[in-house]
Amino acid sequence: MSPPSEWQYVAAAYLVVFVAVLAWVGIIAAKLQRLQRQLAELVGKARERG
Amino acid sequence: MKLPALAAACTGLMGLAVGLIFFYAPTDADQGFSQRIFYFHVPIALTSYACFGWGAWKALRYLRTRDERADTESYVAIHQGVVFGALTLITGSIWAKASWGVWWSWGENQLVLFLVLFLFYCAYFMLRFSVDPGPARANMSAVYALFGVVLIPVSFLAIRLSQKFIHPVVFNAHGPQMAGSQFFTFCVAFVAMLALFATLYQVELAGKRIDAHVRELRELLR
Amino acid sequence: MTYLRDVGALTRKDLLLELRARETLPSMLLFVLAALTIFHFALPRGTGETAARGLLWSALVFTALLGLTRAFVAEREQGMFDALVLAPCDRSAIWLAKSLAVFAFLACAELVALPAFAAFFTGIDGRTVAAVALADVGICTVGTLFGAMAVAGRARELLLPLLFLPMAIPIVVGGVGGYLWFLVLYDAIFALLAWALFEYVVAET
Repeated sequence: MSPPSEWQYVAAAYLVVFVAVLAWVGIIAAKLQRLQRQLAELVGKARERG
Repeated sequence: MKLPALAAACTGLMGLAVGLIFFYAPTDADQGFSQRIFYFHVPIALTSYACFGWGAWKALRYLRTRDERADTESYVAIHQGVVFGALTLITGSIWAKASWGVWWSWGENQLVLFLVLFLFYCAYFMLRFSVDPGPARANMSAVYALFGVVLIPVSFLAIRLSQKFIHPVVFNAHGPQMAGSQFFTFCVAFVAMLALFATLYQVELAGKRIDAHVRELRELLR
Repeated sequence: MTYLRDVGALTRKDLLLELRARETLPSMLLFVLAALTIFHFALPRGTGETAARGLLWSALVFTALLGLTRAFVAEREQGMFDALVLAPCDRSAIWLAKSLAVFAFLACAELVALPAFAAFFTGIDGRTVAAVALADVGICTVGTLFGAMAVAGRARELLLPLLFLPMAIPIVVGGVGGYLWFLVLYDAIFALLAWALFEYVVAET
């Protein structure tokens, strides 16, 4: 493969930022899912108490 | 500012920034197309400083008020700062490769400064992991965050000095004055990046607060 | 006046403990000599004087780290931290006393290291000695505060180099370049910061 041309470097730089933000979104999403599960559990407990 | 509105503003600004960067800003006469990396690289770096500054401010608030929320806010800000700092290093490295064909340049003061700060603030997390949650950890984190923010200018000065005996300053990449259109694009990109930080910061904080509430609920319903 | 008296008493305590235990200082002496020897083997032939001088500063920083790591371990192991903190003295007096003690150890180590360096590598001039003295102030004041932090957690000795080395970078630059004014600036800023913030590091709440 020939050495990357200029625009490919620019694209790589912007891509890195894009991927980083998406990765961050993914991490927050996983955290939200966990919290959702825990909250459902607690709601169940609260209902039992009545 | 309400989070959805903030996120919308961030999205708009980012869209505008990228549009300007690729469709409006002229190709740089000296550095060619790869100069466009700057429009992201420098705002990310400046935002990183803003993160550390904000983190230090919240750290100071914590030491004054002993409010646990300030500690959390400080932590999240510094966390964001490290993320933006890592992005600074990566985009800076890509730009160095594009400009000079090397992945790293000790002659580039900003990059070297970020390396030092990156090392420093990564140790912040080591410190937090090493101590059990509580007022002691919050105190120490706050003190460390304050040292960090003072280190930024001191380190920068040190790096400038070191260039004299380490590395003749060959490239002055931030050199020539920017044309008006370039400067405008840069400013928009900078504000967009700050908006991104603000959005991510609020989201992460919201997550942490919910986490704390869930934990508290679990204790109460035990 | 009692502040200085407290500092004096605490420093004397540390120095006396070391005099009896004889653990820290001999280790530092041996370490710095070993480090200089390794550096001799690490330098290829024809290396300039500046490079050798740079290695002197590396050796000093790591030797200092050795001393700093030991600085609070005794307190931690004997559980004396709580006692010290309950003592009716300004918390920052603890920091100052500890800094002075570490400074003393470091200075003793350097009394050996600098002549050794001059013999092994290249001569030392007055400027370098002044730089070393100024750097010591920065290393001891900042390092003591971080040492107290490191000892509070689980990672202990592992944590101190991570916390301290980024802070040591400007010191090394000032030392190698001989920028005495910069070292004074560094010392003034960070000693002040450490003095002001130490009480938070050892506070319980």
